Amino acid sequence: MKKFIGFVKKEYYHIIRDPRTLFVLIAMPIAQILLFGYVITNEIKNASIGILDHSNDEITKQISSKILSSGYFKLDASINSEQEIHEAFRKGKIKEVIVFEPHFSEKLKKEGTAKIQIIADASDPNIANLLTNYTEAIIRNYSNSITTQNTQISLITPEVRMLYNSELKGAYLFVPGIIAMLLMLISALMTSISITREKELGTMEVLLASPLNPFTVIAGKVTPYLMLSFIDACLILLTGYFVFNVPVNGSIILLLAECLLFIFMALSLGILISTATKSQQAAMLISLVALMLPTILLSGFIFPVENMPLILQYLCKIMPPKYFINIVRTIMLKGGNLSTLWSDTLILAGMSIFFILVSVRKYKIRLE
Amino acid sequence: MNFVEINNISKSYGSHKALLETSFSVKKGELFGVIGPDGAGKTTLFRILTTLLLADSGSARISEYDIFKDYKKIRQIVGYMPGRFSLYQDLTVEENLAFFATIFGTTIKENYELIKDIYVQIEPFKDRQAGKLSGGMKQKLALSCALIHKPEILILDEPTTGVDAVSRKEFWDLLRKFKNMGITIIVSTPYMDEASLCDRVSLMQEGKIMQINTPDNIINNYKPILFEIHSNNMHDLLIKLRKYHNNSNVFLFGQTVHYSSINEINKDDLKMYLKNNGHANVEINVCTPTIEDCFLWLMNQNN
Repeated sequence: MKKFIGFVKKEYYHIIRDPRTLFVLIAMPIAQILLFGYVITNEIKNASIGILDHSNDEITKQISSKILSSGYFKLDASINSEQEIHEAFRKGKIKEVIVFEPHFSEKLKKEGTAKIQIIADASDPNIANLLTNYTEAIIRNYSNSITTQNTQISLITPEVRMLYNSELKGAYLFVPGIIAMLLMLISALMTSISITREKELGTMEVLLASPLNPFTVIAGKVTPYLMLSFIDACLILLTGYFVFNVPVNGSIILLLAECLLFIFMALSLGILISTATKSQQAAMLISLVALMLPTILLSGFIFPVENMPLILQYLCKIMPPKYFINIVRTIMLKGGNLSTLWSDTLILAGMSIFFILVSVRKYKIRLE
Repeated sequence: MNFVEINNISKSYGSHKALLETSFSVKKGELFGVIGPDGAGKTTLFRILTTLLLADSGSARISEYDIFKDYKKIRQIVGYMPGRFSLYQDLTVEENLAFFATIFGTTIKENYELIKDIYVQIEPFKDRQAGKLSGGMKQKLALSCALIHKPEILILDEPTTGVDAVSRKEFWDLLRKFKNMGITIIVSTPYMDEASLCDRVSLMQEGKIMQINTPDNIINNYKPILFEIHSNNMHDLLIKLRKYHNNSNVFLFGQTVHYSSINEINKDDLKMYLKNNGHANVEINVCTPTIEDCFLWLMNQNN
């Protein structure tokens, strides 16, 4: 036990004697969450659009003003002819153009139908989709309001409620993802680097020639980073709560306990990486490529697992962050508890035990 | 009974043979030197002894412990100092010492008496980070760290390489002191002049031990007559001497050339030969060999 404490103390000195790395470790989570929060957003605000009104009557004006007052759109250039549409798109000034056909209100009154054309810039398909959906919804809304005034036909109107995130805020989606990403990065990367550094500097040779057993070395390496990563997890949750109003609806204690479990899993993975590599550079490369990319792409952080090809779905199943992100989302947004999360928790715990056993086994008691 | 016993240890890295059937033994309380140039296999030998590497064949024991089976016991009783400075550069002198005391399950206080002589020398810098110490200080700190758990045997891999002459002398004085306390010491060095400071030395070359003996006996075993030759043109002198006889040993030694051969050499004949070859002002003296002369002679014989 004394040996273990001595080892932790030594690791603690390493960490505080390197203030630049320490600063990065503390500042990175906050910087990341602010970046993701403000830059990467799926919400539409003030998209520039153009309106080509061939009719220019009372109804088209009403519809236009409804669209522009929604807050999603702002009128950029009034377009006067079809030719100008292409020009405007190519310049990239606008994302969407709404075209009213000539004699719009006359036709609507006489024939009961009139046409609006929505043209969107689909070079970014997600945004194009969102914009056209918003526009359609506003127009449908307007058309419902005038039809109920004039006729008695009752329409089936679906009423949609978005549970758990009624305002469809992006922050709800990415806060759990960032927690997973950062904990993975800090835990796995930092432990694997700190062990390979001992190999590079030759201090591992003295440690090996001493009576320290592998378990003490590994536990001594893990403990300081466990605490550091835990502080980071709390920082992310606090920033999420105070800056982006992401709530924690479930038990905060359960959430923190799950974070600890995930950190432990990532740390054991880091140790596993360091037992297989000799240099800090190799350890860094493996940690970044083999851990970060799957954490971002194959975990449901950004892209839903259900939409992936079957083979990738199976791959996702062996990615620890997938389970962790699901756990965090369930606790934070749905207020879920252990009774719904026990299987994911067990899988994470099982993975941790597996990695730690393999690394203790693979830990070399001699120089290779 | 010998304290360390090494029997026919061999080790190769791929096709390169680092150690060839090496055997020797060290008595309790002996200061044993392993002398040889870089690449002679000294580090490999020490790593095998400290259980850091496995030998391909052969066996060895320290005290009653087998280096393979009882590696945990060996790690308790050995104080090892690797060839490369292997302390934590970002930890202070005191923190390093305290750390190594802890991992061996002891404290600085407990064994202070043992390291006192070295520690008073580095104590003024005890709050300085180890990376910022001078070369000599680093080695003294490393020696303190290797001693802090009161080992029965010290295994030191080139502790004086890259250290200035004064610090080297101080370091050897310390080793003498620990030897007198009863600690067995095995130390390697590429500096031939340090051989005379050991009780016994083994001369190593390309994974083989050429001779093991006391420094005095190694010099006494040197058979040929050794000439010390000086001329105005040293470079040409070397070339001419190499042509004089087959199987001779010619090398620069400070300001002179050392020359020896297995054939009987007559001093006057040699002087005549050199005179005929453009060296009018040669000075030829017979001199007593050093360990370096013996080493190079043995090396030449083996080739």
